[in-house]
Amino acid sequence: MKEISQLILPDDVRYAEDHEWARPEGETVRVGIDDYAQDQLGDVVFVELPQVGDTFAKDEEFGTVESVKAVSELYMPIGGEILAVNTALEESPELVNSDPYDGGWMIEIIPNNPDDWDALMTRDAYIEALKGGK
Amino acid sequence: MRYLPHTSEDITSMLAEVGVDDLDGLFPTIPEDCRYRDELNLPEPLTEWELNDRMGALSDSMAVSPEYKMFIGAGSYEHYIPASVSNLLGRSEFVTSYTPYQPEISQGTLQAIYEYQTLTARLLGMEVANASIYDGASALAEALLMALRITRKRKVAISSLIHPFYRRVVQTYLEPSGYEIVELPYLDDGRTDLSRLAGMDDLAAVAVQSPNFFGCIENLKEIGEMAHEKSALLVASFTEPLAYGLFKNPGSQGADIVCGEGQSLGIPQSFGGPVLGMFASNMKYVRSMPGRLVGKTTDLDGKRGFVLTLATREQHIRREKATSNICTNNSLCALAAAMYMASIGGTGMRELAKLNYDKSEYLKSELKKAGFKISFESPTFNEFVVEFSAGFEKTYERLLEKKIVAGLPLAPYYPELSSHYLLCVTETRTREDIDALVREVKS
Amino acid sequence: MKESLGTSGLILNEPLLWEKGKKGRRGFSLPRRDVEFSPLNEELAGEGPDFPDLSEVDVVRHYTRLSTWNFGVDTGMYPLGSCTMKYNPKTNERQAGLQGFAGAHPLLPAGLSQGTLKLMFELEQYLSEITGMDAVTLQPAAGAHGEFTGMLVIYAYHKSKGQRRSKIIVPDTAHGTNPASAMLCGYQSVPVKSNEQGILSPEAVADVMDEDTAGIMVTNPNTLGLFEENIKKIAEIVHAKGGLVYCDGANMNAVMGIVHMGEIGIDVLHLNLHKTFSTPHGGGGPGSGPVCVKKHLEPFLPVPRVVEENGKYLLSEDFPQSVGKLQAFYGNFGVMIKAYSYILSMGPGGLKKASQLAVLNANYIKEKLKGVFHLPYDRPCMHECVFSDEFQNADKVTTLDMVKRLMDYGYHPPTIYFPLVVHGSIMIEPTETESKEDIDLFIEALKAIADEAKKNPALLHNAPSRCKVRRLDETTAARKPCLAG
Repeated sequence: MKEISQLILPDDVRYAEDHEWARPEGETVRVGIDDYAQDQLGDVVFVELPQVGDTFAKDEEFGTVESVKAVSELYMPIGGEILAVNTALEESPELVNSDPYDGGWMIEIIPNNPDDWDALMTRDAYIEALKGGK
Repeated sequence: MRYLPHTSEDITSMLAEVGVDDLDGLFPTIPEDCRYRDELNLPEPLTEWELNDRMGALSDSMAVSPEYKMFIGAGSYEHYIPASVSNLLGRSEFVTSYTPYQPEISQGTLQAIYEYQTLTARLLGMEVANASIYDGASALAEALLMALRITRKRKVAISSLIHPFYRRVVQTYLEPSGYEIVELPYLDDGRTDLSRLAGMDDLAAVAVQSPNFFGCIENLKEIGEMAHEKSALLVASFTEPLAYGLFKNPGSQGADIVCGEGQSLGIPQSFGGPVLGMFASNMKYVRSMPGRLVGKTTDLDGKRGFVLTLATREQHIRREKATSNICTNNSLCALAAAMYMASIGGTGMRELAKLNYDKSEYLKSELKKAGFKISFESPTFNEFVVEFSAGFEKTYERLLEKKIVAGLPLAPYYPELSSHYLLCVTETRTREDIDALVREVKS
Repeated sequence: MKESLGTSGLILNEPLLWEKGKKGRRGFSLPRRDVEFSPLNEELAGEGPDFPDLSEVDVVRHYTRLSTWNFGVDTGMYPLGSCTMKYNPKTNERQAGLQGFAGAHPLLPAGLSQGTLKLMFELEQYLSEITGMDAVTLQPAAGAHGEFTGMLVIYAYHKSKGQRRSKIIVPDTAHGTNPASAMLCGYQSVPVKSNEQGILSPEAVADVMDEDTAGIMVTNPNTLGLFEENIKKIAEIVHAKGGLVYCDGANMNAVMGIVHMGEIGIDVLHLNLHKTFSTPHGGGGPGSGPVCVKKHLEPFLPVPRVVEENGKYLLSEDFPQSVGKLQAFYGNFGVMIKAYSYILSMGPGGLKKASQLAVLNANYIKEKLKGVFHLPYDRPCMHECVFSDEFQNADKVTTLDMVKRLMDYGYHPPTIYFPLVVHGSIMIEPTETESKEDIDLFIEALKAIADEAKKNPALLHNAPSRCKVRRLDETTAARKPCLAG
């Protein structure tokens, strides 16, 4: 398990309390899980993603991520409609470990509530939260 | 007592280490009002020899082969079990081992169950089989729950020609969740009447048994097509897997989940348990499957090995969201079945199935010649329904006294079939046995 | 220390069944054909299964070799917490093999099945006596099946009172089968935390108990090896709001003849014959999970029930409020025989002694190892004790590393990472059938491993090294499952 100082936490994304990241991409927002989450989980073996067209509210469960011995629920950092899911994860779930912010992205959302974004933490706030948690 | 190795010296020395005066002192956390005041009121212990006598007496009071000639199946079948299988099954490394959660020290069990999964999948014509459920009935209940999970619907249609006890278990399992069970009646030819399916919507699954309770082979292909048209899954159940040594297997006919009873494959009847719930499906549904799964992999040196896998479906990880609550299964029975399938082989299985079929057909034709009505014209495997005259109960009793069990009376399960009996002939009945039965029922 | 129990030796490789054999080989003596061939509808005829053809020698060598890769209770100690891996008496196997039992068809008239029915009737009575409960069903096939049955009974009870409650309280130390079984009945699990002493507090239960809660599922003794001392008060709280108390009796081995389960507020409990009552685990089953209830729940037990009328035993379905059937027939009779034989061989004094010695063995291990491994609850334990890897974490050694190394020493690992309330937990249950010398050797082995953790952690990270295989790639097995050959 990595120390907080060893975690890769880019600042072009915002973070949710349960370790999802969200990055704006024009009209849409891309979402995945961060380095802390993938490190805690260990080798990811399977990711269960929603269907394109599904709609979820902020904090609603949209899928699960599994390692050999554990399952974690995935929660929407912001509410919206699913525009796309990363089908590459079907064949290569290990992308979540090796490339969590890019190749390991999970869903792309059309946000339906602009206020949701403000509730997310910046990189610094998230690091503080992690330290507080520990 | 030979299972308690501690001597009084051992006990004294261990109590001293623990810092307690006597054995009672080991239980300080048990409040007085939770304790037994007296000794347990149980029989005084028997010596091994007294136990042998007592159990021998109980055993001797039972009606079993070879003294009795059984013509009864109905979910429990008399088949020969080779001495090699019983002998191998007695090896204590198989019998006294635990669930293979620590794979490095359990490769025997793991490879054996991987082989069982493979042979089961091949027998049933499916892509993947699990490491066992408890019996055919609970396997059917789990199959329906799986179909309900996958389709997210709330209704299932099950044939009234599925074993009556299986249908009752399904009811028990599905009732608390409020799932709807619709029963499909049967036709004069001894097969399921599918006409009610036409009006049904929101079906998660259509379940039939083949050979069914009357021994008749169902048209799985047709049923599967109807089910799939309604976006429902076809669940094919069975009580006699030997049938697939001869008839087309359910996978080849479009079944999505196949489940049933494996007792015929080298497992003693044992008054109904423990037996073997066989369960198979296709890879696209594997993550919804209940029960343990053994997978092939490699170790740090690149050597082939086996492990329990896809464990995140199971209760110890997924807890209330698990695909089933099953933990302990019927592993040793699955091992027995694998040993049996390995011993009989593909060629042998076909021959044995043919022998069952031919002996059963012989009894059928002799009964026809003697003037009795074979109730259903559909092809059967090793069981079929015959109609005797009213008052046959007396003959049945007389036959029991002659140590012949002339089938299962159907009246308690199908009141409209009041003089009908379900007869079963396996490879364990000789031509003489069959001729004797016919002679007796004729007179 | 003497020579290690674990050593290396020549075991043989053995391919998969379909990698052997030759078409036409036979491992089965086909019965004589004394009837003619009958015509077969070609439409229905199939190809037969693609099984390999093997000789009897092929099959015997195959399974003999496979068995040598396994470890059983007969090989050595299995200190698996909450599994009660006690010795499996061989006379039990002999009794189960008697033709009158093995060859018994379940659907013969009762008059022809008096032996099996009598055994079941008496076994129910013995289990009723041992637990102090009023009525028993032997039908469930395993512990989880018993839990499901218990949940069904609770569901039926509330239904009979015109209620449809939606929740069940489940402690944080519960086995995964508990919430899974509750869910099968449509019950939502409401978690409740154990206190710093590792047991449930009445206040915590009172906080969550309400009239929409069907009851609570406790394990007693619990999965930390501790007696739930507040059980009576907790039962009162649950009963006061109309709920029922279910007890997971997996740990019954600690309290036979000592605790009166029927007197402490429990309404329904299940037993594991393959734990407490010495029937073998078979590599994963079959087991048997009888359910014992108090009188007020008797009407809901599964059918058929074994009843006695004028000295004759019968199966009766005359229980209109029964929850129904859990298996096609009557339960795992072949397993019941073994538990029955065990109870008759031990007698009342023997069973109590077994519990006392099981608890003695566990406390002895706890005292001997408490400086070596971190002991989260330093209080008298019951038949199992729980350590953690906290001391060894400093050397970057985990519970997993240590137990993998334990295999090289000739022991099956204890239960690990359960219960979830202890991080890195190691749960040791020696059972009463391990002698003092064997336990001392086990303690020596664990001490040696703790030492290796400090001086040579690589040895543990790479363990085991003496088994047939080394650590396996479970990640690929889950990513790309290969489940059939």
